[in-house]
Amino acid sequence: MPVLPGSRPQPTPRTQAAFRRRARLLPVVPAVLLLLVFLAGPVLWAFHASFTNAALTGRNARNPGWVGLENYQRLFTDPVLPLSLGLTVLFVGGSAILGQNLLGLTIAVLMRQARKPVAAAVGTAVVAAWVLPEIVAAFAAYAYFSRDGTLNQLLGWLGLGQPDWLYAFPMVAIMLANVWRGTAFSMLVYRAALDDVPADVTEAALMDGAGAWQRLAFITLPMIRGSIATNLMLITLQTLAVFTLVWVMTAGGPSNASTTLPVLAYVEAFKFGDIGYGTAVASVLILIGAAFGAAYVRLLRQGKP
Amino acid sequence: MTTAAPAPRHLGPSPGQRRARLPADAALLLIGACFLLPLLWLVFASLDAGAGHQTRVPGKVSLDNFAAVMTPGLLFQPLWNSLVLSAGTAAVNLVVAVLAAYPLSRYRSRFNGPFLYAVLFGTCLPITAIMVPVYGLFVQLELLDSMPATVFFMATTTLPMAIWMTKNFMDGVPVSLEEAAWVDGASAMVALRTIVLPLMRQGLGVVFIFVFIQAWGNFFVPFVLLLSEARQPAAVSIFSFFGQHGAVAYGQLAAFSILYSVPVLALYVIVARGAGSSFALSGAVKG
Repeated sequence: MPVLPGSRPQPTPRTQAAFRRRARLLPVVPAVLLLLVFLAGPVLWAFHASFTNAALTGRNARNPGWVGLENYQRLFTDPVLPLSLGLTVLFVGGSAILGQNLLGLTIAVLMRQARKPVAAAVGTAVVAAWVLPEIVAAFAAYAYFSRDGTLNQLLGWLGLGQPDWLYAFPMVAIMLANVWRGTAFSMLVYRAALDDVPADVTEAALMDGAGAWQRLAFITLPMIRGSIATNLMLITLQTLAVFTLVWVMTAGGPSNASTTLPVLAYVEAFKFGDIGYGTAVASVLILIGAAFGAAYVRLLRQGKP
Repeated sequence: MTTAAPAPRHLGPSPGQRRARLPADAALLLIGACFLLPLLWLVFASLDAGAGHQTRVPGKVSLDNFAAVMTPGLLFQPLWNSLVLSAGTAAVNLVVAVLAAYPLSRYRSRFNGPFLYAVLFGTCLPITAIMVPVYGLFVQLELLDSMPATVFFMATTTLPMAIWMTKNFMDGVPVSLEEAAWVDGASAMVALRTIVLPLMRQGLGVVFIFVFIQAWGNFFVPFVLLLSEARQPAAVSIFSFFGQHGAVAYGQLAAFSILYSVPVLALYVIVARGAGSSFALSGAVKG
């Protein structure tokens, strides 16, 4: 971090110097205010509101009453919570940690071997799904997986069965859709990481007779393990927060079969009008996110000397 | 090993790589086709007056769908709202992030490290999780359905990333240039405005566009916070449009989607050309 020499004023009383040092931080104030009001505020409010019976409309909307742990008691005995937690873990594990991560790595590795125009064209196709506004991507995915959609057209040509994906296998559909939507991020991370691997290291391994798989497993992957960890953290957090894709494709249905935690929080708060219960669900999600966030920050700090 | 001239390291693929090319090409093309397929429907349906869920080459290419959605109420007002929201969000982000990044980049302070890590932690919070509490907060403060309040909230959600990116870009501007101005007695803010900002124009552009794209595509935040139809951005109006006419108007939905997506696709191409395709990661990954 560059430091301005000579920015310290001529000998002044110590208090004045201390004051000046503080004053230099003044420009940070607007950022701190915004973050406190709109980010820390809602998080704290969430923990508070989850102990009340706040409602969307009616008497409890104006004067929510304190109900203590009631929402949490209800939450932890509600059979929907374990289901929703399980679906969220399945969604994050299947579509982000396995799907996006492995596919992104595969594409990045293949791109280094393929012809340049091919790599560029395929890169554009992958990125296109990622740059599109999420609602458009969600509509496209909805049409793709619907009963007479593109996927079933393909399966029909191949003479295979044509299930109604969004009703029979809603989780499969939203997981595949999320892989389609989000793989570009992992691909970009791994492309940048692979570009940073010095060529002479892999060439030396090649001289020693290491095969392509051996080079990948024992040389390349260990060298980019920092990027792998960062990528896993970030896509986990992104996928944890996915709402629009699920909402447009299945709205959590049929009968909660694809209700991930963000959808559950939304449905409880806005469909059933129970803000208190909805914020209790949201608080659980915030805590999970915070745990991953803290792990991510630790990871980055350790990476820095 | 002695050679007349040191061979350049990236001369080309080794024989082993060249042999791997064909299968790699084929595998990549297959993957690329899978990624394009869902988008194909969007293009075909928009040009097909009788479109459904199916992907089919329209029998007769028509622009009827585009003509049908290009009305002030259906398309232009929502797009204008999207523009106001996104440009407002990006502008607030830019001003606040530049102000915050300057002391973080230029002065050493005990405050810097903890603040930057707190900000980074902020980027990790799942925004969808805080939408229910934010709604509650907005009800209590009577800010619901207010464009400025929504702009400030959306700006805050992208602010952590914007501060990191701006600080990284600012770190790239050498301090020596400012020293002269300091000697001449210019204040920090004058030095920032006249020396630092002009030198990091490109970086500022990247931050602005990055935030703009995120805000433009954001569905959930305006969906929850903006209630009246006159204020809703395209992301939300397209959703209600789909809900009301969904059963029949797939072609119009596709046409609307394309018109709504084109601006961000264009912005992405501009940034990717200028700053390399990994621009979006400069804040997150390089830290």
